[in-house]
Amino acid sequence: MMQTGTIHNRDKFLQTIANRLGRKQRTAGVSRPNWRHQPQWTVFQGYSQDELLEALKAQCPRIHTECVETTSVKLKETLKEVVTMHGGGPVVTWDDPRFDEYGLTHLLRDEWPKEHIDVHVWDASAGRKNIDFAEKANVGITFSDITLAESGTVVLFSGNGKGRTVSFLPKTYIAIVAKSTIVPRMTQAAAYIHEQIEKGNLVPSCVNFITGPSNSADIEMNLVVGVHGPMKATYIVVVDR
Amino acid sequence: MPMKIGNANFRERVETNLHNTFMRGAVAGAQERLHTRRLEAAEELGNWEEWRALGEEIRQHTLENLDYYLMQLSENVAKRGGHVFFAQTAEEANNYIRDVVIRKKAKKIVKSKSMVTEEINLNAVLEAAGCEVIETDLGEYILQIDDHDPPSHIVAPALHKNKEQIRDVFREKLGYKQTEKPEELALHARKTLRREYLTADIGITGCNFAIAESGSITLVTNEGNADLVTALPKTQITVMGMERIVPTFEEMEVLVSLLTRSAVGQKLTSYITVLTGPRDEGDVDGPEEFHLVIVDNGRSNILGTEFQPILQCIRCAACVNVCPVYRHIGGHSYGSIYSGPIGAVLSPLLGGYDDYKELPYASSLCAACTEACPVKIPLHELLLKHRQVIVEREGKAPISEKLAMKAFGLGAASSFFYKLGSKVAPSALTPFTNDDRISKGPGPLKAWTEIREFPAPNKERFRDWFREHQKGGGK
Repeated sequence: MMQTGTIHNRDKFLQTIANRLGRKQRTAGVSRPNWRHQPQWTVFQGYSQDELLEALKAQCPRIHTECVETTSVKLKETLKEVVTMHGGGPVVTWDDPRFDEYGLTHLLRDEWPKEHIDVHVWDASAGRKNIDFAEKANVGITFSDITLAESGTVVLFSGNGKGRTVSFLPKTYIAIVAKSTIVPRMTQAAAYIHEQIEKGNLVPSCVNFITGPSNSADIEMNLVVGVHGPMKATYIVVVDR
Repeated sequence: MPMKIGNANFRERVETNLHNTFMRGAVAGAQERLHTRRLEAAEELGNWEEWRALGEEIRQHTLENLDYYLMQLSENVAKRGGHVFFAQTAEEANNYIRDVVIRKKAKKIVKSKSMVTEEINLNAVLEAAGCEVIETDLGEYILQIDDHDPPSHIVAPALHKNKEQIRDVFREKLGYKQTEKPEELALHARKTLRREYLTADIGITGCNFAIAESGSITLVTNEGNADLVTALPKTQITVMGMERIVPTFEEMEVLVSLLTRSAVGQKLTSYITVLTGPRDEGDVDGPEEFHLVIVDNGRSNILGTEFQPILQCIRCAACVNVCPVYRHIGGHSYGSIYSGPIGAVLSPLLGGYDDYKELPYASSLCAACTEACPVKIPLHELLLKHRQVIVEREGKAPISEKLAMKAFGLGAASSFFYKLGSKVAPSALTPFTNDDRISKGPGPLKAWTEIREFPAPNKERFRDWFREHQKGGGK
């Protein structure tokens, strides 16, 4: 079990708040009300997976992201094409069993290295070297754990070989999206995480909601795509998964 | 940068900024673009008023139970191995952070954008402790290298600068050799800042929303800088205003949806990052040590008062982007890091009336701000309440207003003076009148007519017209 952190100056601080609110301090017994309006649930309500995929594809151009459809049989070829189109390696990926399940292990271990495309699979025991590699990588590849149709967002849970920086440090970011992971919007992802917490499960140390490449409009409100994080992003949707 | 910017008084600041043509053009253009994008994003949802009602209800419930949720938050942060420090004042917050920095023997600190660290003037404290502090949000970075030019907008801090000015700053400070193209400028900043992330000892962030149920903090950016600030250095310190909290992930989601649409018209920004404690066992990136500093710094004095709704604010700047006063005078005129309508309400509450008593008067009370607010803060009503407090409780109405009211009181109290005044006004103002407009008015009209015209008084008084009309001879 991890070590518990420290808490300083809490009592006086919270007492001041209670005093200002004109009542005794509340330490228990508060529950969330049943919110009177809940419009978040009406977005894409009743949509099929096909309709959700269409909504996701429609959103992608607005977030400067390419969306490619493929099947599990063709996934390997599609991934190769997309990586080549973005200038090839070095490639960094999560250490994630889904690469094996989707038939990509051979590509990562043999095919690409033979074509002189350097591949680094995240390795917790290698420590900081992972980050050094990711920083020099041209392409970072992860799976999407949950995908949001409305905003065109991939949701990534960190942990167990799933390094945070795989999706941030390389110049190009590629997310592999199983069609079955697409939900209407952030509401469904938040509800899922909330449910896990209610069950007593720990939320991962980092949950990332990523919507396209990094960008900024800080210079004369001109949109510049690719500032600190990736300059380009592609989603590869596997339609039979 | 502390909350207060510069020592010039309000009138001098407005005077300077009204003559800054580039700034006024840039602000007007930005306002239009952001305003349009926000309306489109709201329209796309179809039921925006329901969303606003939900946002308001969540914020009100959370503030009413703030002590409960802060208790829950701190317990959950500690359970995940993070440290929580409750700071009543800016000084307490700064001292705690400085102690962490000294204990870690930190030399280099990278920061992502945070209004509350500006408010408590943290950078000065860290620099005095011998650290190099680097702002990584592109806008903040530009301002920082330009000898700490103050921010003029809470979402787009460098809004007042054009690309040629930014190019010149880059040339002078970074040895930049390329053009003023935003892409080239941004690419240069990317290369420069990459090295800083990788070699920094500590990362400092603000907090858009803390989540009580899990002890998490949520960071909202388009650049992804907050992600590198928190993924690479070994120690992370997050500073939050005590009201920036929600009960669960579900409320975080709703408020983030309101924030990104209202701030920049996006469904979501490129990066919404939810971080919980330090890195988990087996993680390679993410901090080994995590500190959460929860800051009061005057906020509790607002609780339980007529101004409590201002604590509902989620810092989207939608009110700034629709404000006709901000459009003309720009962010620097407010003399505070918080500008526009939100700044005019908040700055006097956090910084006192002595420095900010003019701000509640820098408003036309048109209520565009109230209508734009995604969490339904009655901003223009709060500005009126400020004026009431300033006049009734503080006795600090601006001198010009006192004199004008006194003169009007004298003139209007006696029918003789009133008749005389309204009768002589047209001829008294004739030297200043041109085609029924006054463009260089005397006395109390001077400040108004310096920047716009004032209609000349009608040659025929209402009273005279009415008398004639009764006789059947009026127009």
